[in-house]
Amino acid sequence: MRLSLMIAGFLAALPVLAAAEKPQLTVYTYDSFTADWGPGPAIAKAFEAGCDCTVKYVTAGDAAALLSRVLLEGKGSKADVVVGLDTNLTEQARQSGLFAPAPALSASYDLPVKWTDTTFVPYDWGYFAFVYDKTKLPAPPTDFKALGASKLKIVIEDPRSASPGLGLLMWVKKAYGDQAGEVWKGLADNIVTVTPGWSEAYGLFLKGEADMVLSYTTSPAYHIEAEKDDTKAAAPFTEGHYMQIEVAGKMAGAKEPALADQFLAFLAGPEAQAILPETNWMYPVVMPKGGLPASFATLIKPGKALLFSPEEAAAMRAAATEEWRAALSK
Amino acid sequence: MVLALILALTLGPVALVLIQAGGAGGLTAADWAAARFTVLQAALSAGLSVALAVPVARALARRSFPGRAALVTALGAPFLLPVVVAVLGILALFGRSGLLNRGIEALGLPGVTIYGLQGVLLAHLFLNLPLAVRMILNGWAAVPPERFRLAQSLDFGPRDVLRVIERPVLRATLPGAFVAIFLVCLTSFTAVLVMGGGPRATTLSLAIYQSFRLEFDLAHAASLSALQMALGLVAAFAGVALVSPTAFGAGRGWRGQAWIAPPDPRAVARIGDGVAIGGMGLFLALPIGLATAAGVTHLPRPDAALLAPLGRSVAVALGATLLAVAGALALGLALSGWRKGMARLADGAAMLVLGTSPLVLGTGAFLALRGWADPAAFALPLTMVANGLMALPFALRILLPDIQTLRADYDRLADSLGMEGLARLRLLVLPRLRRPLGFAAGLAAALAMGDLGVVTLFSDPERATLPMVLYERMGQYRMDEAYGLAVVLVLASFGLFWLFDRMGRADADV
Repeated sequence: MRLSLMIAGFLAALPVLAAAEKPQLTVYTYDSFTADWGPGPAIAKAFEAGCDCTVKYVTAGDAAALLSRVLLEGKGSKADVVVGLDTNLTEQARQSGLFAPAPALSASYDLPVKWTDTTFVPYDWGYFAFVYDKTKLPAPPTDFKALGASKLKIVIEDPRSASPGLGLLMWVKKAYGDQAGEVWKGLADNIVTVTPGWSEAYGLFLKGEADMVLSYTTSPAYHIEAEKDDTKAAAPFTEGHYMQIEVAGKMAGAKEPALADQFLAFLAGPEAQAILPETNWMYPVVMPKGGLPASFATLIKPGKALLFSPEEAAAMRAAATEEWRAALSK
Repeated sequence: MVLALILALTLGPVALVLIQAGGAGGLTAADWAAARFTVLQAALSAGLSVALAVPVARALARRSFPGRAALVTALGAPFLLPVVVAVLGILALFGRSGLLNRGIEALGLPGVTIYGLQGVLLAHLFLNLPLAVRMILNGWAAVPPERFRLAQSLDFGPRDVLRVIERPVLRATLPGAFVAIFLVCLTSFTAVLVMGGGPRATTLSLAIYQSFRLEFDLAHAASLSALQMALGLVAAFAGVALVSPTAFGAGRGWRGQAWIAPPDPRAVARIGDGVAIGGMGLFLALPIGLATAAGVTHLPRPDAALLAPLGRSVAVALGATLLAVAGALALGLALSGWRKGMARLADGAAMLVLGTSPLVLGTGAFLALRGWADPAAFALPLTMVANGLMALPFALRILLPDIQTLRADYDRLADSLGMEGLARLRLLVLPRLRRPLGFAAGLAAALAMGDLGVVTLFSDPERATLPMVLYERMGQYRMDEAYGLAVVLVLASFGLFWLFDRMGRADADV
């Protein structure tokens, strides 16, 4: 019994011999993209239907792990396309010289900011926001200062290990500049805890450990669509909301450069864009023909979109993280 | 041999990362602050776990009650929970809206906050207390019943029993248990961050994570890992220097499950033992119950999407178990024959693996493989080796006291009979060590089953293990499904643990 299981384990671990005839596009992405409920399987299927090729996903834990892996592999990487970096990471990725310029796409993006990056192609985006339960919190705060002055308890993610945490750091910095440290001091007594990742923070919020959790304005859509639960909402902040734009890029050393270009165009095209909202729970970068899914109709629409350019974000990250740490360590 | 392999696998990854980085990076003031907090929380966690484990182990060793065997088996359970699930369970009891605070508020009193150092300690206590109890209890079970009978016939009072029997047991088991838990807490990541309440609770693990993932500063990451390892090394050597094996001599063999140490008849001792056992039972059972309750109503369907990852997890766990137990047995037998100084040095070095960051281990493995093989193809074998490696020090800790006793008691007899090699292993060593072997195997299997960590850099969606699927579900808002998977994971790990532990309980002499 034990032996046969072990043999089964070893066999499962052997590389699957790929069918040799069709070209294979190797796509590096993060875990949840390829999960059963994620957009990966449907997008691969739709793309394969029109390319006479096979899509092979290779995953690394999250966006930061994904970039680490690509940087570690360097020029020897087998990746043709990398899907799942965001604008906080793209400067570092671009400077590595491992990425090739993006193909010229005909898509005009429905993004609240102008897209000028010529290396990466955006495929979905969202606003960071504090999510709360409407039945327990009838009047949520409308800005960071009100939140800091309130007795409300929040859970946030650590900017040193989670991209939403880094997003919040940038959000406060973009909205308050030099006063960011003061805002953080105001928030210090509201923060129940700082978690290593989004999952832990959201899990704590759902278990009732905090009144609000740092997530996305699109989070309530999941509860509406999948759980028929409309009690969750995102609180609109008057400072505006910081954005996260998820991007994909072609590797300079891609073995299938033509297919890679085709895949990037497909990702920003109507079919993939229609799949993304209710699998990745983010906004599409190009509005699908049928419009947004019904679950997105009630979501808040921030009046002002905040975003640092990739260069600015990369330049200020260390100092902003230190400011955050100092303010919360008191 | 085994030792050289362990050292290569422990130090190799750090060296590879260093080579890749082209040298070590300097450490900042914040790094040293993180190091101080890391050592503080690990030392307090280990001290608290061991201190509380002594009365519980003693109570379990000398009281017989219905369900005792089940409770002793269940002591493996918290170790099997994925840390996220365990932490959510603890918070369901002690958190802001947990049972405790709701109770306090119902009485009109201000609630207590769990986040901070106290929360870190509580989480580590929950995760490690059972392990400490089992390790110490094994020490008690290794005392030949004749010694207790002799103590009774000599009219020993509780104080004499403590001096002559219990103190040597503790000297043999406590330092090892302390060091093992210290090292586990030294590299603890999720539990410290979630319970720590903010950046004051910054550990070396987080600093390593940050320099790897966010800054991609490999030189800095390698320096931090080396510091973490040096701290682990100091603790490991200090711990093994304090261990002294018991010298009770051989009994007629009737040791173990059937034998309960003579109970202390005083009422105060009875009450104390009851409180110790009951208190620990509640402290462990409530969070597990609360954590998994949400999952019971969301159990996954037993289809391929569940069974394939489950099968992979079980296969990885069994492979890791074989590696850990065989490695620990070989190492234990070898170093019990060495000179005292050498043996301690080797023992300490083997513990070192617990002080390794899984992230560094994974990155080192990735760097070692990428030149000639697809790392993703090796994700599962690597997980197996890494988990086997991580479980080995525990297996060694569990086996070593018994190996030392075995050699002291039987070596001369076996030598005079000319019993060598396989025959000696089959007829003497394995049957005599059956109990600790079973426990060590169970623990290794359970540990390997719930692990994540090593492969996050090069996981493969087609070869996901059950914990990976669980984390994916959590990352996709599907918390209830994740809790459902957690129930399956706990049942599966516990099943493996129970099976191995059970095999070890059948006594050698019956």
